[in-house]
Parts: sequence; C-alpha cells; structure tokens
Amino acid sequence: MTISAVLLQLFQDTLVVLIAPLLLGWVNQCRAWLQNRSGAGVLQPYRNLAKLFHKDAALANNASPLFRATPYILFAAMWLAAALVPVIATDLPLSPAVDVIALVGIFALARVFISLAAMDIGTSFGTLGARREMLVGFLAEPALLMVFFTASIISQSTSLITIVETLAHKQFVLYPSLAFAAVAFVMVLLAENARIPVDNPSTHLELTMIHEAMILEYSARHLALVEWASALKLLAYTTIGIALFLPWGIAEAGDWGALPLALVALFVKLTAAGASLALLETISAKMRIFRVPEFMGTAFLLAVLGMLIRFLLGS
Amino acid sequence: MTNLFGQLINLFAALLLLIAFAMLSQRRVLSLINLFAFQGLVLSVSTAIVAWSSSQHHLYYSAALTLLLKVLVLPWILHRLIRRLNVKWDVETMFNIPTTMLVGIALVVFAFNLAAPISQMAGTITKGTLGIAMASVLLSFLMMITRSKAVPQVIGFLAMENGLFFAATSATYGMPMVVELGIALDVLVGMFILGIFFFQIRETFDSLDLKHMEKLKEE
Amino acid sequence: MEILWTLAIPLIGGLLLALFGGRRFAPELNSAMSLGTFVAAAALTVRVITDGPITALNEQFFVDSFNVFLVALTALVGLTTSLFSRPYMRIEQHHGKLSVNMLRLYHSMYQLFTFTMLLALLTNNLGIMWVAMEAATLTTVLLVSLYRTPASLEAAWKYFILCGVGIAQALFGTILVYFAAEKLLGAGGNALLWTHLDSVKAHLEPTVLSLAFVFLLVGYGTKVGLAPLHNWLPDAHAEGPTPVSAVLSGLLLNVALYAVMRSKVLVDGALGSHFAGDLMMGFGLLSVVMAAFFLSRQKDVKRMFAYSSIEHMGLMTFAFGMGGPVATFAGMLHMTVHSLTKSAIFFAVGHATQKAGTQLMENIRGLIKTSPTIGWGLVIGSLAILGMPPFGVFASEFMIITTAMHTYPWTTPFLLTALGVAFAAIFSRVQTMVFGETVGQRLPHPPALVPVFVHLGLVLLLGLYIPPYLAVWYRQAAALIG
Repeated sequence: MTISAVLLQLFQDTLVVLIAPLLLGWVNQCRAWLQNRSGAGVLQPYRNLAKLFHKDAALANNASPLFRATPYILFAAMWLAAALVPVIATDLPLSPAVDVIALVGIFALARVFISLAAMDIGTSFGTLGARREMLVGFLAEPALLMVFFTASIISQSTSLITIVETLAHKQFVLYPSLAFAAVAFVMVLLAENARIPVDNPSTHLELTMIHEAMILEYSARHLALVEWASALKLLAYTTIGIALFLPWGIAEAGDWGALPLALVALFVKLTAAGASLALLETISAKMRIFRVPEFMGTAFLLAVLGMLIRFLLGS
Repeated sequence: MTNLFGQLINLFAALLLLIAFAMLSQRRVLSLINLFAFQGLVLSVSTAIVAWSSSQHHLYYSAALTLLLKVLVLPWILHRLIRRLNVKWDVETMFNIPTTMLVGIALVVFAFNLAAPISQMAGTITKGTLGIAMASVLLSFLMMITRSKAVPQVIGFLAMENGLFFAATSATYGMPMVVELGIALDVLVGMFILGIFFFQIRETFDSLDLKHMEKLKEE
Repeated sequence: MEILWTLAIPLIGGLLLALFGGRRFAPELNSAMSLGTFVAAAALTVRVITDGPITALNEQFFVDSFNVFLVALTALVGLTTSLFSRPYMRIEQHHGKLSVNMLRLYHSMYQLFTFTMLLALLTNNLGIMWVAMEAATLTTVLLVSLYRTPASLEAAWKYFILCGVGIAQALFGTILVYFAAEKLLGAGGNALLWTHLDSVKAHLEPTVLSLAFVFLLVGYGTKVGLAPLHNWLPDAHAEGPTPVSAVLSGLLLNVALYAVMRSKVLVDGALGSHFAGDLMMGFGLLSVVMAAFFLSRQKDVKRMFAYSSIEHMGLMTFAFGMGGPVATFAGMLHMTVHSLTKSAIFFAVGHATQKAGTQLMENIRGLIKTSPTIGWGLVIGSLAILGMPPFGVFASEFMIITTAMHTYPWTTPFLLTALGVAFAAIFSRVQTMVFGETVGQRLPHPPALVPVFVHLGLVLLLGLYIPPYLAVWYRQAAALIG
C-alpha cells in the first residue's frame, strides 16, 4: 500500500462528503429551472447545513439515546457507503471492502436505525413514516440486489471494483441485460432517495410523505446530519449507477496523471445525472402510496429479467 | 461486425420481451394498441437487421410485410374499431398485476429451458433469441387468459402471432415466402372477421366485456 | 389437372356466391358447385387409384391413397350437406331467422370452407396446410354466429379464440419442423414439402421433431376436439346452423386429424420410437372417456351429438396412435363411417329441432308420429353411431377394440366402459325423442331426407361388405401412414 494510494483514498473520502450537498443543490436548482422558478442556487444546501449547525438542538423529553445516536450512525453509514464506491479511482486501500452486497447491507443498517429513531418518540407521524419506509425498503432491496447480481454475473464478481474494471476496460459491448438493470436501478434510486414519483422531498403532506415524516422530530445539528446523510445517500446511489453503467474515464490507483481527467469525467457525469434526475422528477407525477409496491414490483421484475437474459442469452 | 449485429438483435429481443411484459401489465386499451404497434416495429427492425447481417434477401420482404401489416394496418384497424365502438377509455379490472408478473417470470424461465436444446442446434446468428420468442408467445398466451375484455384478448392473440414470427426468424431465418404470405393473409382476414364480430357482440350485449359470455358451460 | 379443378370449383363457387348468395337460385347454385367439386374429386380419386400417388404444380400438391380417400369423403359429404341445406335454410329463412345477407354469407362461406379443407388435404406444403387450417376456422367463425343470438356469439368467440390459440401452437410446431428440415433440405420452400420431408425423415433431428410433434398435436388436436382442448366443440356445434354442425363434425375434425397423422409419419421416422403414438393414444383415450361421461349430462340434442363426435374422434386418434395395419385400417374406416353417420344424424336432428322449435331433448317427443322419416332416420343413425351391427361403425370399433385388447389390454376396460355409457346415454334419449308420447300433429309434408338415407345406406354397406377396391385402397393408405 503506497502512500499515494492512501492519499488518494483520503482525497476521495473528503471529496464525496463535500460535494454531496452540491449535487443535491444542483438537482434542486435544475428542478427549479424546469419548473420556471429561479431557484435558490446550487449552494443552498450548504447554507441550510450551516444554519442548522448554529442552532441549539431541541429534544423530546422521552427521547432515548438511540434517537440521539441515530444521526451520527446515519451520517457515518452513508459516508462510508459513498466513500467506498469507486468514484475517481479503482484499487484504493479500501477497495477489497467494496462488495455490492456489503453496500446493500450498509444501506439496510441506516434504514433500520432511522426507522427505529422515527418510532422512538412515539408520535404518530414518525411511526407512519417508518412503516412506509419499510414498505418501500422491503421491495427496493431485492430489486437492488438483482441489479447488482446482473452486473456481477457479467464480471464474475460481486466486488464493485472488479465490476467497474471489467466494464470500463472491455471493448464496447451492448448488454441488453444491463439496460434492463439500469432502468430497474433508476427506479430503485428514485424510491430509496425519496424522490418523485415515490415521495416528494420538498413537501410535508401527511398523506404522502415518507422520509420527511421520519425526521420531523429532529432539529439543529441532528437534522443537519440527517440531511447531509440524505445528500450523501443520493451521491452514493448516483455514483453506484455511474460505476455500474457508465464507468468510463475512471483513474487507476496511483495514476496521478489520470486524476484530473477522472475528476472532470466525474463532474460531467454527476452534472448530467443530476440534470436527468431533475428532469425525470419534473415529468412524472407523484403516485399514490398504494401504487408504490407495484412500482417497486416492476423494478424487481426488470432486474430479474435482466438477470435472466444475461443468464440465458449470454448478453 | 457480425458481433455488433448479434448484440443488436439480442437487444431487440430483450426489448420484445420487455414489451410483452408491458402488455401484460397494461390496463388501458389504447396504450395496449400502441404497445402492439411498437412490438411490430421492433420485430420489423430486428428482421431487417437479421436480413442485412445474414444477407437473406427474402427477409427484407418479411420485414416490409411486418411493417405494413403489424405497425400500420392492424393498429389502424384497431384504433378505428375502438373509436367506432367507443371503448377508447376502457379500463380493465384485472387479476392482481404482481402475481401475473411472477407467473410471467416463471413462464420465461420455462421457455428458456425448453428452447435451450434447440437453440444449441441452430446455425443462425440469432439462435439465442429463440427462447425469447417462445417466452413472448407464452406471455401473450398468459395475457389472453388473464383478460376479460374482447379487444385485449385479440391483441394478445396478435402478439402471440408476433412471437411466432420472431421464433421463425430467429430459428430459421424465416419461413418460406409463400407460407409467410399465407400467414399474413390469415391474420388480416382474421382481423376483418373480428372487426365484424366486435360489432355483433356489441350489438347483442351492449358491451365488449366477455363476462357476459359465460352462459355456455357444463353444469 | 383434376387437383386444380377440385380446388378451383369451390373457390369460384365461393366468389360467385358472395355475389349471388342471396338470390332465389343460390341454394341450387351452391349444390351445383358442390356437385362439380364432387365430380372433380371423383375423377381425381379414380386417377390416383389407377396411377398411384401423383404430385402437381412443382410438387406443391401431392395426392396419395391416404389423402385422396379423405378428399373423396369431403367432397361427398360436402355435396350431400349442400343438398340438405337447400330446404333447411329455406325454412330457416321462412321462419325469419335469417336475412338475405346472412344467407349470402352462409353460401359463400360454405364453398370457401370446402375449398380450405380440400386445400389442407391436397397441399404438399406443411406451411400451406397450416394456413388452410387457419382459414377453415376463419370461414366457419361467422357461420357459427350466423343467428346472432347471444349464445351463438359466445360459441363463435370461444371457437375463434380457442382454435386460434391452438392453431398458433401448431404453427410453432411447423416452424420447428422447418427448422429441423432446413439443415437437410436447405432453406426455401422445398424444406416444408411433405414428400421431401418423408424421404429424409430418418435423418431429422429427433429432439426437435419430438418437441414439434407435441406442439402440432396440441395445435391440431384442438381442432380435432381432443380433450382437454375440446371446449369450443360442443358450443360451436350446438349454436351454429345444422348444416354447419354437420360439416364441422363430419369433415373439419377429420381434416385436422389428417394433419396430425401427416406429422406423425415424420416424427415416427425421425424418432424410431412409439413416442408420437403414445401421446396420441393418451389424448384419444382421455377424449373417449371424458366425452362419454359428459354425454350423459346433456340436455341439448346437438350438444349431445357433438360430445359423441369428440368420443369418436378420440377413438380414431387412439386407433391411429396404436398404429399397425389393422388399427390404422380400422381408424380410416371409422373416419369414413363416422363422417357419414354423424352428418346423417345432424341432418335428421336439424329437421327435428326445426319442427319442434327447440333443441332441448325434453321438449322433442314422438317424432315417429309427427314425421316418421325423421324419426326413423334418427333411430337408425343413432344405432349406427352407437356401433350396432351390421353398420360400418360396428366393424371399425370391433377392429379397434380387438387390437387394443391384443396390444394394450389395460385400455380395454376404459374403452368398453366409455362406449357403454355413451350407448346408454344416447339410446335412452333418442328413444324418448322418437317414440315418446306427443300431442303434436302429423306434419303436412314430409321433409326431404334423401341425404340421411344415402349416408346410412353407405354405412350399412360398409358394415356388411367392404368392396375389394376400397379395402385395397385402405390397406395402401394404412401402409403409408402405418
């Protein structure tokens, strides 16, 4: 393990935690533009975070230590996830740990904690949000796993690094299976990150909210951490998507020369991904909560189809 | 080059399968017809690619015939029919969709297994897609079983024919031309007869819901 | 040349009757066209019997002793049915059940239906055979729904969808056969010609052919009316006009079975095992047993005889499945006598229901008083179909059952029970319909039932004495498909 690799790893870890709110701001800004609003600017999430960190936290009387610990756990889990995904380079010190199943596990861990914390205070909204979160989660997780398996079968490994290397360095091949998986992945991404059509991150309507219902009781630094964790989650999902389906341009380990190019590539890809996400959210309508299982079922179906095609058609 | 064509054909085959599933889950008659037209288009394009890559010239005629019949004429007739019969906004209460989908996946696995020994023998560059063709035949079949209205059943029937056509293209580079023309004629005549038939059903039952037509059974 | 005439006359007839089918002379024109077809078919038969198998038009058509016997049968029953339908449809029109346009449709489709069946029989191309079979469905769908009653529409819809789905399976089977043949015969039209396939059948890929046969049997078997794919058959027979029921039962089912047999020859050659035969025996036996038990529960007379058709088609399938010279011979004899008897029964039943104004058996009583010819026709026809000696059905059933006892003894209890149940069911119903008490008046004019007695006479003849040339002919055919 060379020092440069460690440095690169540290650089990547710092980078993701810093640009995560930027991506969120960019998506929000794009949405504003698409909806003919001027928007708050791409830096608004940073301002929100700064404001929240300066406030004093208010806690409910019956809040347990779990409630207080959850924002930190959540933030740590999401940071870990985002840091593990090969964003600018492969073969980093943490690379051996980047297993797709482990990633799914990290997300599941975060989900369990936020749901428990939401129920901790005992308000009806918290419980409601937690239950809805679980409803989405239990369908999204298998779909996500199936997407990963499709990619894994192609590269014969569940290590995200290997998958990226196989896909990035092979000559261009059309994989119908991956196309199916990509569609399924986008659907999972929308559901997991509380985006329209599954959830709307910018409203607090009690009939429809999922994610917002869970974090109603948080304030100040706790809320800041939760929000930041959400931004990190979005970044993690986006970068996973990029790694699986658009891996070109990533730098090899220790290859400092390729780094600027990789950074530019990442920046371009994230910009495009954020814009398309905003577009997708703008053109689709929020669906009824009871249609969500159907939506996730379709995602699961597509992922399974992708895997079947890979298995049986060999493409 | 051949490799790229192979990939393209696989991609279109995958698309066909996707469309078959989309049809299975579609509730609205109008969208169903559009999906059917789209399926015909994918079929036609993939046939043309097969024709180009294998230089089987008679397949160009098949592709053109498909384009004419299944992308233009049949959807046009269907559109006219539903406009005349005023069933454009027909929404169908169906069998639970996720269950249907799961059954569909099981069918796909079954079809792939059934087709596997045969595709190994095929010498065509499209051999892998035979399983998909068979799967789309079975999925259309499933669609016909789960629908209770006349128009979706017929679309299922036509989609089944599409699947068979795809099977013929992928296993053997298409049937002899005279047979293909005969099949096309049968489909067209069948469609006309069905059109007449729809009006008769509608006149008699005031609806195209086949639930009215369950009188004849053994008690 | 005869082949062309055999096909051209009904085709031209169909087009002519599409124009003039509603006129006063249309029924006569219909019969004249059928007569022409019959004459051409007879000439063809004579030629094939004297000269042996012939092919025509670049081998697109092929006639051997197996299909020529069905061509002759089809043309004959087509002719007699058209004779029967002449007064029958006039009375229907008189009762106001049919408009002029419906009659035109009926006449035109009748001829086109004959054409499609003859095409399916005569073509040498398995693909064209499929096309013709599908066209036969299409031509009869609108005939089944001719009366536009809710029940007839439902029956026609069921007929269309079930047979359409079934025949789609047969298309897949045909594709698979082509797939196997293409490797040996090269791509293009020749690879689907039966004569070519027959010459290379030993080299066809066995796995593909066995899978193909499953699809073909399921597909064409739907049209034969084999259980459990028979659902359309009783409905279509009961709700369509009686002449249509007669030709469906007497002809279409035979042609579908013919298609299965042609495929079986290829599969047997490729596999060298009894796989196809076993499958056919299974389906056949199931149909016989199932139909017999449904028979006893019917209230509608045409439905009852429709189930009887399923039973007999099952018996034929079983016989052909067993294979061997005797069983195949018996199967073909049974095909002939069943066609003749069943269409005769439908003629008689048609008149009976027309007079009674209902198809419910409990409302038909004392036919012997109201119309002795119909009554006797129905009794004799039923006795014949139930396999009473000395009718031809007895001879063929006897041969089938003795062969079954000899080679597959375990099947005999099933067959005998089924035949017994069918006998009890049909005989008791027919007995009350014919001899029951009635208050009905004797009808003023007796119906023209010449076709009934012609058919029954032929069946009787075949039971007493099979002419040597016919026996030779059957034996040749049995050797071909055996």
